[in-house]
Amino acid sequence: MDLTLKIWRQKSATDKGKMVDYKVTDISEHMSFLEMMDVLNEQLVNKGEEPIAFDHDCREGICGMCSMYINGEAHGPDRGVTTCQLHMRMFKDGDTITIEPFRAAAFPVIKDLVVDRMAFERIQQAGGYISVNTSGNTQDANATPISKHAADESMDAASCIGCGACVATCKNSSAMLFVSAKVSQYALLPQGQVEAADRVRNMVAQMDLEGFGNCTNTGACEIECPKGISLDNIARMNRELMKAAVLK
Amino acid sequence: MALDSKIPHGPIQNKWTDYKNHINLVNPANKRHIDVIVVGTGLAGGSAAATLAELGYNVKAFAYQDSPRRAHSIAAQGGINAAKNYMGDGDSTYRLFYDTVKGGDYRSREANVYRLAEVSGAIIDQCVAQGVPFARDYGGLLDNRSFGGVLVSRTFYAKGQTGQQLLLGAYSAMNRQIARGKIEMFNRHEMLDVVKIGGKARGIIARNLITGEIERHSAHAVVIATGGYGNVYFLSTNAMGSNATAAWKIHKKGAYFANPCFTQIHPTCIPRSGDYQSKLTLMSESLRNDGRIWVPARIEDAKAIQQRKLKPTEIPEENRDYFLERRYPAFGNLVPRDVASRAAKERCDAGFGVNATGEAVYLDFASAIERYGKIQAKIHNIENPSKEKIYELGQAIVEEKYGNLFQMYEKIVDENPYKTPMMIYPATHYTMGGIWVDYNLMTTVDGLYCIGEANFSDHGANRLGASALMQGLADGYFILPYTIGDYLANEIRTGKIPTNTPEFDEAEKEVTDRINHFLNNKGTKSVDHFHKRLGKVMWDKVGMARNEKGLKEAMAEIKQIREEFWRDVKVPGSAYEMNPELEKAGRVADFLELGELFAKDALMREESCGGHFREESVEMDGEQKGEAKRNDAEYAFVAAWEYKGEPADAVLHKEQLEFKDIELKQRSYK
Ligand SMILES: Cc1cc2nc3c(=O)[nH]c(=O)nc-3n(C[C@H](O)[C@H](O)[C@H](O)COP(=O)(O)OP(=O)(O)OC[C@H]3O[C@@H](n4cnc5c(N)ncnc54)[C@H](O)[C@@H]3O)c2cc1C
Ligand code: SF4
Ligand code: FES
Repeated sequence: MDLTLKIWRQKSATDKGKMVDYKVTDISEHMSFLEMMDVLNEQLVNKGEEPIAFDHDCREGICGMCSMYINGEAHGPDRGVTTCQLHMRMFKDGDTITIEPFRAAAFPVIKDLVVDRMAFERIQQAGGYISVNTSGNTQDANATPISKHAADESMDAASCIGCGACVATCKNSSAMLFVSAKVSQYALLPQGQVEAADRVRNMVAQMDLEGFGNCTNTGACEIECPKGISLDNIARMNRELMKAAVLK
Repeated sequence: MALDSKIPHGPIQNKWTDYKNHINLVNPANKRHIDVIVVGTGLAGGSAAATLAELGYNVKAFAYQDSPRRAHSIAAQGGINAAKNYMGDGDSTYRLFYDTVKGGDYRSREANVYRLAEVSGAIIDQCVAQGVPFARDYGGLLDNRSFGGVLVSRTFYAKGQTGQQLLLGAYSAMNRQIARGKIEMFNRHEMLDVVKIGGKARGIIARNLITGEIERHSAHAVVIATGGYGNVYFLSTNAMGSNATAAWKIHKKGAYFANPCFTQIHPTCIPRSGDYQSKLTLMSESLRNDGRIWVPARIEDAKAIQQRKLKPTEIPEENRDYFLERRYPAFGNLVPRDVASRAAKERCDAGFGVNATGEAVYLDFASAIERYGKIQAKIHNIENPSKEKIYELGQAIVEEKYGNLFQMYEKIVDENPYKTPMMIYPATHYTMGGIWVDYNLMTTVDGLYCIGEANFSDHGANRLGASALMQGLADGYFILPYTIGDYLANEIRTGKIPTNTPEFDEAEKEVTDRINHFLNNKGTKSVDHFHKRLGKVMWDKVGMARNEKGLKEAMAEIKQIREEFWRDVKVPGSAYEMNPELEKAGRVADFLELGELFAKDALMREESCGGHFREESVEMDGEQKGEAKRNDAEYAFVAAWEYKGEPADAVLHKEQLEFKDIELKQRSYK
């Protein structure tokens, strides 16, 4: 198939940036979206132009690097997938595709489609861990049974890949889905209880500092999240916050 | 230089404990004055950085992604081994040790492997304490599954995302130390050289991938944890950015490179679909717990399938060849990876492949779905369940176990694997070879360590499934923190290492010269063009089956591609900005040297062992006819190569392997 691509080009963080049109031809429906981008970049390099910078690494939906806003949707039109798992069979010959970076005040553009997600790092550093030494002197792994249900639910929350699609999708650029997924993972496990109050307080405080917006319960994030992280996590985090407030 | 593996004396069960009892320690007040650089923050580097920081050292950690959480370890699916014997099926430290040495086809160092097995249990304890949500049974205890090449269930898992969860565990431990200022994290930084002063590793040169600035970083010791070099094949299951640059650069500065030809071609990957393909996707080995591998038994059926005139579900049971179950009745579908891959290739080469290119075999879940469905019907007291009901119940179980893998398959191939068998084919996956290290995980350069997939240490000529995660975390959490202390105990009086020395000047100049060469080259071909050509030579001539003629050709061809690359590569953009093409150029330049050494090593090793299969070395008769033939009399050694300029001129050093606790014998999975 032949396609027209409208792509955000921005030389650096300080550059203003603009949309630029490109054409690609003979794209196979079996290609992944990023393989289509490879074809375009190869064309650009061969013409001596600068290829389009975009983040990617694993190309199988797990590392959370890839982050394109395609036709007005984070990770594009398919559901439950990252940009790298999107396939060209979702498009048809003659389509025009708009490709932009994930946009949010807390995710400044570095170049073209690459954004800076360090805000997520700092939120995790504020409390996204259990304070246990890695010395190996911990108790036996089976000493504390954990119900299968709790373990499974914790695992579901833990499968967030930190891509930021939830933020890019939210009209307020809220990071609640991301933060609540991490808070939930620990809140659901006995190991996470000791520091639960401090954790949620500190992570939420850091989230606010980073300039993410408020959650107004629109639920768009849940729909666009490639890993199916559920809004229940946000409700759980709010409960944890309330508990923490009572303790204080 | 003679190789000294520094294996402690004494019985194998006591070596590690005795060793720990006798090493030098650094007192906490002194640790504050010692800096350690850790390059790479996957399972190995991440766990090492966190632990070293927790002990009190000042750690500087580097990764090329924008977060430690995105290291390639994140992609590991199936699980992590540990000799916990929670299943009560006869597992023990010795058995894990034995399975690993045997699985590696007797080309690994006994003492290292024993230590790995010994600390394996603590890894699980540690991860659970960190909040890693491993799968559990209804009683709330940890669940296990089986992987290839073993007869027990010792693999712990978190759905099909075990690597992700373990890495997030190590990442959380890092975050705690970053918050305290004990780890300084350099994301989006690439190490481009190591700096040696007075024979010791004292720092690195790194490029800031956002600004393009070249930076100098000094330390009292440097740890390389940059993963494997599977991308030398262009197509592999590795992440796009996985590279050999750090390992190759330290090799050029004196670290020997061991067994480069020991590479794992994983049997169950999604077959390639076209020339545009940028990477291959693994379907976890755990699927072989329940999936049965087959091709049509009759050549006419195979032809009809290839032409899409016949569907796999239309082939009756008696006309299917479950070739692994046929050839290896004891282990069946769970033979080790090298054995399974070769068997699939053998069938496809004989014309029985099941896709248009003839390079695919089936991985079929129909029997498992039926089996689980019947059990569920019993549990739920459903009398005379219909076929559909059984299917529905069984599918739910399979979905719970492998749902994300099935979804991944369906998204890529556009076929529903619950209804029709998956198509799979072997692909490059893991590199057992790597930087040579001694028992302390130190390279042949003082103060320079190498851990995780980047080193050669524990897996011999073939790695068993779920053992890489185990090794990465063992190295980082439990082994390196001791062994490096023994070295750093002598550094307490050294003081801060300055970076304004001639050694740093020189290393930095080499790095900038190379970058300038690329940018000013004005060639005509893209970096990928050369990478793809290299990959094709590697796959065709240094792939699953190798012979003398092909290997010699490969060496010559790679050298030629390399020369052309330097002459004719085109890299757009400039040095002081984010420039992904420039990053790729540097990595491919190194692959083009490593590839040749790889072929040279394969040529030297005139035996078949593990993932290294020489067509000249097969069993000619008896029960093992057609199987790979090892040559212990002449090749029971680690090949450690010393850099001498051109890869073809590398000098071989042998570390003779001694087997005192395990009898050397033919590996049989029959
Ligand atoms: C798809 C897949 C599935 C797998 N499944 C399993 C499994 O189920 N069980 C199992 O045991 N093993 C599995 N493996 C193998 C296992 O995941 C890897 O061997 C292991 O994770 C490697 O860890 P590592 O820490 O050594 O390196 P990596 O995780 O690869 O980390 C490398 C690090 O080095 C950094 N880096 C690289 N080069 C540079 C440079 N020049 N400068 C700065 N930083 C650099 C990267 O940023 C990264 O942080 C799987 C592998 C793949 C590909
Ligand atoms: S919650 Fe979903 S969308 Fe948000 S970062 Fe995590 S995986 Fe991405
Ligand atoms: S590239 Fe890793 S999730 Fe898309």
